[in-house]
Amino acid sequence: MTRRQTNILYRTCWTIALLIAAIPFIFPFLWMVSAGFKSVTEIFGAPTLIPRVWRWQNFVEVFTYQPFARQYFNSLYIALAVTALTLVISSLAGYALARMRFAGAGLLMLFLVSALMVPEEVTIIPNFFLIKWMGLMDTHWPLILLPTFGPHGVMATFLMRQYFLALPKELEDAGKMDGLSRLGVWWRIALPMSRPALAAVAIITFLFSWNLFLEPLIFLSSLDMFTLPLALSNFTDTYGLPLWNLQLAATTLAVVPILIVYLIAQRQIMESFALSGVKG
Amino acid sequence: MAETTLHPETTARRKDAPWLTLKYREMLEAWLFISPTLVGFIIFFLGPLLAIVYYSMTEWNLLTGQATYVGLKNFHNALFINPDFWHVVRNSAIFALGLVPLNMALALTLALALSRPFFGVVFFRTVFFAPVVTSAIAWAIVWKFLLQGEAGVVNQMLAWVGIDGPNWLREPNWAMAAVIVTRVIKMVGLNMILYIAALQAIPRDYEEAARLEGASRWQVFSMVIWPLLAPTTLVIMVITTIGSFKVFDHIYQLTGGGPENGTLVLAYYIYLQGFEFFDVGYASALAMIMFVIVMMLTIVQVFLRRRGLG
Repeated sequence: MTRRQTNILYRTCWTIALLIAAIPFIFPFLWMVSAGFKSVTEIFGAPTLIPRVWRWQNFVEVFTYQPFARQYFNSLYIALAVTALTLVISSLAGYALARMRFAGAGLLMLFLVSALMVPEEVTIIPNFFLIKWMGLMDTHWPLILLPTFGPHGVMATFLMRQYFLALPKELEDAGKMDGLSRLGVWWRIALPMSRPALAAVAIITFLFSWNLFLEPLIFLSSLDMFTLPLALSNFTDTYGLPLWNLQLAATTLAVVPILIVYLIAQRQIMESFALSGVKG
Repeated sequence: MAETTLHPETTARRKDAPWLTLKYREMLEAWLFISPTLVGFIIFFLGPLLAIVYYSMTEWNLLTGQATYVGLKNFHNALFINPDFWHVVRNSAIFALGLVPLNMALALTLALALSRPFFGVVFFRTVFFAPVVTSAIAWAIVWKFLLQGEAGVVNQMLAWVGIDGPNWLREPNWAMAAVIVTRVIKMVGLNMILYIAALQAIPRDYEEAARLEGASRWQVFSMVIWPLLAPTTLVIMVITTIGSFKVFDHIYQLTGGGPENGTLVLAYYIYLQGFEFFDVGYASALAMIMFVIVMMLTIVQVFLRRRGLG
């Protein structure tokens, strides 16, 4: 065989292997949608990927079984709030850590770095009593405050700091000459130049909040306050057994919009995760 | 605007108040910039971290809510008396030892296949990364559905090729395997893109030079690429190992720690003790132990980096 032929053979083998490897990554999504359209009897019959009868009714019952629309809205507005808050706070602190000289900076960095690796399970018990003492049980405050100020917020701060460090300093100096204050330089010069970093922080923070589970599980008790992951977990009958078709229909409604956004912006989203992963 | 009012005022002050030098002004401003992060960090992270040290040495009366100091009793309980603890540690270790190598080997293989552009590369990357953006609960719900006993999709498909699949989530060993594999599928995309980024940073000349010298594909990988990937491998290994100790939602939804506590891992055990059995002191001691484990792993990473691996 010539070199060219071996190369083609090599390529083909890899592509076939990749296609086979892709099955367990694609199949769960297909079955999720398919089972979401089935009736209970069909779900327990022989599995067919295409439902014999498309039961649209499932998607109506999802909303009557639980206040699902309300829960959807909760997840959305909490994720937006956490994202907005994290963007402001992490870019402020990240800017100071990158550009300003002050006593205690080294110690502070060490302090913050130590938080990066600590799992939320470690601090969740004292936080539970803190939130209870503040009278914020069964509200959305803990779901906004804990992610913003916890290890995730610290990670965002470091991501911003790293980006600011790589920016040319000259523009900011020029801004200062023109009479801008520090806050002015941050807002008018540094932030507009760091759009890629801000976008990365926004993307990973939104998904982090959207997928959060432990905090909602511990702090929320009324159905109207639930967020999506908690609501999905809750599609069970009185014996605690899953109501498969409703649960999977609801899961479809929760997952598909995220997947559509992901498909449109996949490159940007993957790059954001790569950036945060290298930092973390 | 703040900047127009702030400026003249501070210049004026600098004239008649020499203590507010430029250096101190900058320091003050820096702390103001950092204060939202710092205050929140102290209240919701550092405070709780210190509190857990105290909590772990107390016993709580459920009825009165009174905490009594009991010294190291909770730790003694965990390490020497309660048989559950070592069972849970063992499960966490099995989970980590299964997940980390599988995840890293698969991530590296996929990255090697997908680091260079070819027809379909975007499709494959997108597919392998898709579970990463999906909620862990949603992912576990679907897999719980697919992995049911006889009626489950996976077992029905296995039956077509003549394999009699086990009741995946009802037998302890199979349940652990299922939890590990489904978690790897969920998270491998993240390590894959980290490896792709590292591979793309390696200059192509290195590989071409080695190929010209007559090195085989395997030799190029084992003698050129793999050593250059060492820092990335180290970071990925530590992140993935620590991540494996954090796994909660996946197991909560897929197995609930069962069957027969076969998939009960540390993070889930802390949740059970603290929030289902309300044994706050004991759960806090467990959280302390988890903290120590994670810190040790982090220190190992820092140490290895200093040694020049990172």
